[in-house]
Amino acid sequence: MIGSLDLEILQQLWWILVSVVGALFLFLTFVQGGQSLLWQIAKDETEKSLVINSLGMKWELTFTTLVLFGGALFAAFPKFYATSFGGAYWVWVLILFTFIFQAVSYEFRKKPGNIFGAKTYELFLFINGSVGILLIGAAVGTFFTGSNFYLDDFNRVSWATPYRGLEAAFSLFNLSMGLFLVFNARVLGSMYLVNNIDFGGMPEFEARVRKSCLTSLLCALPFLLYVLGGLLLMDGFQVNEIGQVSMEANKYLGNLLAMPVVLGLLLVGLVLVVFGVYKTAFSQSTKGIWFGGLGTVLVGLAIFFTAAFNGTPFYPSKVDLQSSLSIYNASSSHFTLTAMTYVAMGIPFVLGYIAYVWRLMNARQLTVSDVTDKKAY
Amino acid sequence: MGEIDLVMVNWARAQFALTAMYHWIFVPLTLGLSFLCAFFETLYVRTGKEEWKSITKFWMTLFGINFAIGVATGIILEFEFGTNWSNYSWMVGDIFGAPLAIEGIFAFFLEATFFAVMFFGWDRVSKRFHLFSTWMVAVGSNLSALWILVANGWMQFPTGMAFNPDTARFEMQNFWEVLFSPVAISKFTHTTSSSFIVGSMFVITISSFYLLKKRHVEMAKKSILVASVFGLISTVYVAFNGDESAYTNASTQPMKLAAYEGLWDGEQNAGIVALGLLNRDKQPGDDLEAFSFEMKIPGVLSLLANREFDSFVPGINDLVYGNEEHGIMSTAEKMERGKLAITDLKAYKDARKAMDDVAAEAALGKFNANQDFLGYGYLEKPEDVVPPVPLTFYSFHTMVFLGTLFGLIFVLNLYFSMKGTLEDKRWLQLAGVPMFFLAMIASQSGWIVAEVGRQPWAIQDLLPVHVATTNISAGNVQTTFFMFLTVFTALLIAEVTIMLKQIKKGPEGI
Repeated sequence: MIGSLDLEILQQLWWILVSVVGALFLFLTFVQGGQSLLWQIAKDETEKSLVINSLGMKWELTFTTLVLFGGALFAAFPKFYATSFGGAYWVWVLILFTFIFQAVSYEFRKKPGNIFGAKTYELFLFINGSVGILLIGAAVGTFFTGSNFYLDDFNRVSWATPYRGLEAAFSLFNLSMGLFLVFNARVLGSMYLVNNIDFGGMPEFEARVRKSCLTSLLCALPFLLYVLGGLLLMDGFQVNEIGQVSMEANKYLGNLLAMPVVLGLLLVGLVLVVFGVYKTAFSQSTKGIWFGGLGTVLVGLAIFFTAAFNGTPFYPSKVDLQSSLSIYNASSSHFTLTAMTYVAMGIPFVLGYIAYVWRLMNARQLTVSDVTDKKAY
Repeated sequence: MGEIDLVMVNWARAQFALTAMYHWIFVPLTLGLSFLCAFFETLYVRTGKEEWKSITKFWMTLFGINFAIGVATGIILEFEFGTNWSNYSWMVGDIFGAPLAIEGIFAFFLEATFFAVMFFGWDRVSKRFHLFSTWMVAVGSNLSALWILVANGWMQFPTGMAFNPDTARFEMQNFWEVLFSPVAISKFTHTTSSSFIVGSMFVITISSFYLLKKRHVEMAKKSILVASVFGLISTVYVAFNGDESAYTNASTQPMKLAAYEGLWDGEQNAGIVALGLLNRDKQPGDDLEAFSFEMKIPGVLSLLANREFDSFVPGINDLVYGNEEHGIMSTAEKMERGKLAITDLKAYKDARKAMDDVAAEAALGKFNANQDFLGYGYLEKPEDVVPPVPLTFYSFHTMVFLGTLFGLIFVLNLYFSMKGTLEDKRWLQLAGVPMFFLAMIASQSGWIVAEVGRQPWAIQDLLPVHVATTNISAGNVQTTFFMFLTVFTALLIAEVTIMLKQIKKGPEGI
């Protein structure tokens, strides 16, 4: 059945699947957001423990989603994987470093015999939550601003700058995208903590967390506006039917207008995030994360769709337009995409048990007595 | 093909070896200990005895500390394919990507989701659901090994694919052939079962230490009993499976087999080396003796390789210089055909670019005749196909020798556990303490045999390692090598310190 689908349909389907994984990752960055808030919202050891233990129950999901995002790109769009990871070497290596730090920090931080001290691991968590997300945002920004690579006849990548990807962080647009994601992660982090922690007897702590949700949104706004403004006004990359790439004025504005569903996703997503913040900061509701989370997923989808559909190369080359990668020239073969699509039918099952376990584990909020247990992080 | 920076290639190899070996410190322990935790918890749920719960929690804590750093080193490996081996990533992404994506979708999420329940769910979910979660973590960890080893197995024995000259990459033709290739299956079962031995030895080492110190005696005795049973079953399986691996190597990677047996000249009725000291000066094609000292069991290598005592097993020289009598083509001839394949591929691409269909068709026909030797075209001399023989040979023999020793240790521990006299056997406890470290050596040796033994190939016969790299300066890779080395070493020290402290505190400290 799936094997009879056109290659083009499979390529689009896989971009949608990759986008869903990417968008879910953006939602799950509430873990990183919470980490970057740690020193700001937690004023004593108990509050710190509550934050870290609350996030500690979910860090693996974010980490695994990132790994899946990389794996899915490798499988479905191997030319992108080879070009971006091999070319933008330093940006990816640094992102990876921040995630190495994260993986050990929860488990090692409070263990007896920990030679580096709890503060070192808290710093690691902060670096992962800020620098890690900033660089990921800058990398996503290059979907629109382009990168400095060219490919030869055998699809081997060469990079035109010695900075090997770090130059992405020097672009104001990419940097703004990164900073927006950092602050959005903090918005989500505070919403999640409000949802997950039992603040009984700690009203000041609760007030700090709720307030941080609002201040994070206010910090995110200028960067969001810069990204949106830039996106709508910038010239973009256009690929025609025979694969020729050229520049087009207001390309991404054109994409949004040509794909009203995507425009709808973007607008509804942004409204949901703002509504989630409103619920968290101005009421006693603990449900803000669901609005903010869904909103982030929708915004994420809109970003990925705008970058790749409507005849747009999603990984454009600034130095050699014709080396640019679209979902059509960067993908795996028909056979592989078909095989993977059959496999992907298992995703709803995976999402199902994740949701079930999440509900089970969050049925009761995290209390102070939970974090004084010896098993706590 | 432009100039290849061999310095960069070597740094990239060193970095991958460094990451893989660090990762492999933690993974076998995770694979084995996850099942042991599941066994302990099953006993708790079935008997309802709190002491089993305490045992489970103790080993689970050590598992968690180890797991975190295993995950940290693992993410690097996945992305290093792209950062350091981008040409390889493009050439195999169509095949290699699928197992990795499946690993991510199923195995990793199984592990990640139930990991949280395993550590935080004791008071949040029912006893049975907690047990289920522990089993799911064990299954997920081992499933994740399946997919990465399927990918690795494909690199050792590329099957179920075809080279597409238009895209200049290998493309999958048959998913089931890739998944059920004999090399992939053998590699998966050998790796996981040997990891069960590592996990069991970890339990035996710590428990033996407790018995020596007369601390946590009951917990130690119970732990040893379970670990011995699991370890012994695994050892028996590993021995049978090791035999199967050698048989598969004989047909798919004869050079690897010759290297780990130190077999320079092919033999009929070939013997297996029980004990041997290689002649370090021996080079391909010379007349020097292969061994300074050797003890061989006649005919066994032939039996192992071909299931026949009297059969011929090719040696390194036969594979490099050819052996007409046994129909073995020389590497020089393969190189010639490989160079033709590369030239014809380029001619095909040029003709396509010029839209000359006739010339393209002709070039493609010529390319197809030699494409099985594609990788040989990138070699400089025939001797390049010989992997580092001493490293492969000694690693293999260390692994086999230690594997036999482990079987004995498990039998003795099980025997005295059943007799109820384990506590009195101080000599066995003393012998048990270093066993985990020896198991780690055996496990790392296994990887050295598998990975060093297949050099110079990234993909057997099709892509040499030096062509698989990213076009990047050596300085970049050198810098990240030292960054990884520093971070991994620091984290390893932190992990060991935490582990030791936790072991010192014992189950009461959990």
